[in-house]
Amino acid sequence: MQTLVAYVENKPGVLNRVSSLARRLAINIDSLTVGPTDNEEIARMTIVAHTDERGAHRLEASLEKLVDVLLAENVSERPLLERDLALIKVTADQKTRPHLMELIKVFRARVIDVAPESLILEVSGTVDKIDGLLEVLRPFGVLEMARSGRIAMTRGGDLLRPPGAPPKNGELETAGSKA
Amino acid sequence: MKLTGAEILCETLEHLGVRHLFGYPGGAILPVYDALGKSKLHHVLVRHEQGATHMADGYARASGGVGVAMATSGPGATNMVTGIATAMLDSSPVVCITGQVSSKLLGSDAFQEIDITGITMPITKHNVVVSRVEDIARTVREAFVIANSGRPGPVLVDITKDAQQASCDLNWDTCAPKLPVKRQRVSYEKAEFDRAVELLNSAKRPLILAGHGIMVSGAMRVFEQFVRTGNFPVAMTLLGIGCFPANDPMNLGMMGMHGEAWVNHAIQEADLLIAVGMRFDDRVTGDLRTYARDARKIHIEIDRSEINKNVKVDSALVGDAREVLEQLLPAIQHRERGDWLAHIRELKGDSAVRDIQGLPDNGHLYAAHVINDLWKETRGEAIVVTDVGQHQMWEAQYYHHNQPRSLVTSGGLGTMGFALPAAIGAKFAKPDADVWVVVGDGGFQMTMCELATIAQEKIKVNIAIINNGFLGMVRQWQEFFYDKRYVATPLVAPDFAALANAFGIRGERITSRADVTPTIRSARESNESVLIDFRVEQEDSVYPMVPAGGSLHEMIRRPNSPLVETAATEL
Repeated sequence: MQTLVAYVENKPGVLNRVSSLARRLAINIDSLTVGPTDNEEIARMTIVAHTDERGAHRLEASLEKLVDVLLAENVSERPLLERDLALIKVTADQKTRPHLMELIKVFRARVIDVAPESLILEVSGTVDKIDGLLEVLRPFGVLEMARSGRIAMTRGGDLLRPPGAPPKNGELETAGSKA
Repeated sequence: MKLTGAEILCETLEHLGVRHLFGYPGGAILPVYDALGKSKLHHVLVRHEQGATHMADGYARASGGVGVAMATSGPGATNMVTGIATAMLDSSPVVCITGQVSSKLLGSDAFQEIDITGITMPITKHNVVVSRVEDIARTVREAFVIANSGRPGPVLVDITKDAQQASCDLNWDTCAPKLPVKRQRVSYEKAEFDRAVELLNSAKRPLILAGHGIMVSGAMRVFEQFVRTGNFPVAMTLLGIGCFPANDPMNLGMMGMHGEAWVNHAIQEADLLIAVGMRFDDRVTGDLRTYARDARKIHIEIDRSEINKNVKVDSALVGDAREVLEQLLPAIQHRERGDWLAHIRELKGDSAVRDIQGLPDNGHLYAAHVINDLWKETRGEAIVVTDVGQHQMWEAQYYHHNQPRSLVTSGGLGTMGFALPAAIGAKFAKPDADVWVVVGDGGFQMTMCELATIAQEKIKVNIAIINNGFLGMVRQWQEFFYDKRYVATPLVAPDFAALANAFGIRGERITSRADVTPTIRSARESNESVLIDFRVEQEDSVYPMVPAGGSLHEMIRRPNSPLVETAATEL
């Protein structure tokens, strides 16, 4: 599994170009998330792909050939934080609810909806953590689940900023950051 | 003064230096055609939109500039697909302009509406729909920049009919290209460069693999200095032919599936391959597991996604071939390489002493003879535009090109039907050049309707049909790999000379060797286009041949026959 971060033009069709490129290279995408940046013309993508380092290099270099992709970077080998968000609707009656609440606490999940027969949990974290919670919830009856796909960021001073937009003085700077 | 979108498009094309464009009108592009009638642009009416894209492609390849093709929406646009893909695979700068239904009808399956940007997304370098008149000039200017920068490629601009009809002011300053600001990568680290220099200066058996990128970057002069300084022998890819003179003693000839035997052996025995502007296509490498196993590899290439794609390299210098070679040149030390060059001469001797041209006439007309005679008669100075198949490989082997952009051929996609329309485009790019189509009887029948375009435009393009009554290359594969079961390869053709006459073009039919040169001469002397139907040996094959997926050094050689692989290279 390889993780790439990309900055792209925030306009129609760009997501299609990116996903179509992966298809053309016969690379299966595990998750692809897109979100806005502080510049409304630019969006940030995190792409997690079933491929090896060589495939990731091809994907990265081919992505950067697209006119609308400003930057693509394979960050798999770098110190990296990855997060996934899940909403999980699980069966919960009077009898099972206390046990569930305990598990929720252990996994640092939150209850965001309560109904007579079910709960909706919100949990964020690594894929492993969410998979772990799911595992223990399954016996209670998982009714529905929505996952956001991964977002990723390199640690510390290793900055991945959109090109053409140098950080303003003081903005987004932390100790030890080197743009 | 306000102009309509259609007028702005024509003004913009003129502003960009376009003089000719190739196209076919229809409902959704009619406003543009109305404006074309009032502009200085010369529109060439094609007979099929595929022809328009090949013409624009041929124009681009012969000139080094951008070729422009135009079509209406729906079927007009979809007919362009093959031509766009051809340009994409061979990195040719073509801008296609298509009409589109009005923006309020988009997505409604209106008459002749098709999502052409969706269809062409994987086969264009970029494409875009324009639905606002204000965006036309800027977008078209951007399309030209994208098409002809970096690694060139086709760009499609789809303009809705309402945008063509609406009006706005045209101001060159406010419609300047405004492309996204992309990250500039450092092309290569110093260590990578130093490693390349170390490899270049320490190699005992180096060999350059010269590709199309040399031509695209205009690196011919520095490339020659590079070859001289390092005393490097040069092997050519099909599309690289012309970037270094064929008559130069350091030019070994073409590599790959139908490359010269000595070239393929030299690749397999080299200790260093210097790949310049080429992409290690499977037709060039054969089996990757056995490809140049003793060689370290340096890859000079503008497209980073090509690095380590097929062949893992020891040093990758990502950048424009000319710039990289200019940087390398001062660091290269001269080497004699006497043993290595002598060894290659020895490999060559095996084939070269048995010169096909020196053999007595046995009454048969061979394609190799026709092409070699064409080379001699045109003194190697023609622009030859070939189709795809056996004749294409024979052309590459027997016509010796000394000038860049003098061979125009579909390499990557291998598009049959390319030659005739591409030659028309090449003729518009180089009106004073002696342009020859070399085409098989199969490929010619795919786009022969463009004879009417030649007649209507009154241009001079000579056509040599290498007619063997078969889809020759497929027949050859059936002979070698399918036990001579010739399924669907024998083909009936019209009387091509009579067909030419029907279009008002002179036609000749040649069946004997003695008539080849006089007919070529007479065609060259004529002011009008001449089509010559050369009835050649039916079951001749292209040798040598590396079977698909086979090792480069394990070639099928010509069986005991009076014919051999090569011809004299001196005029």
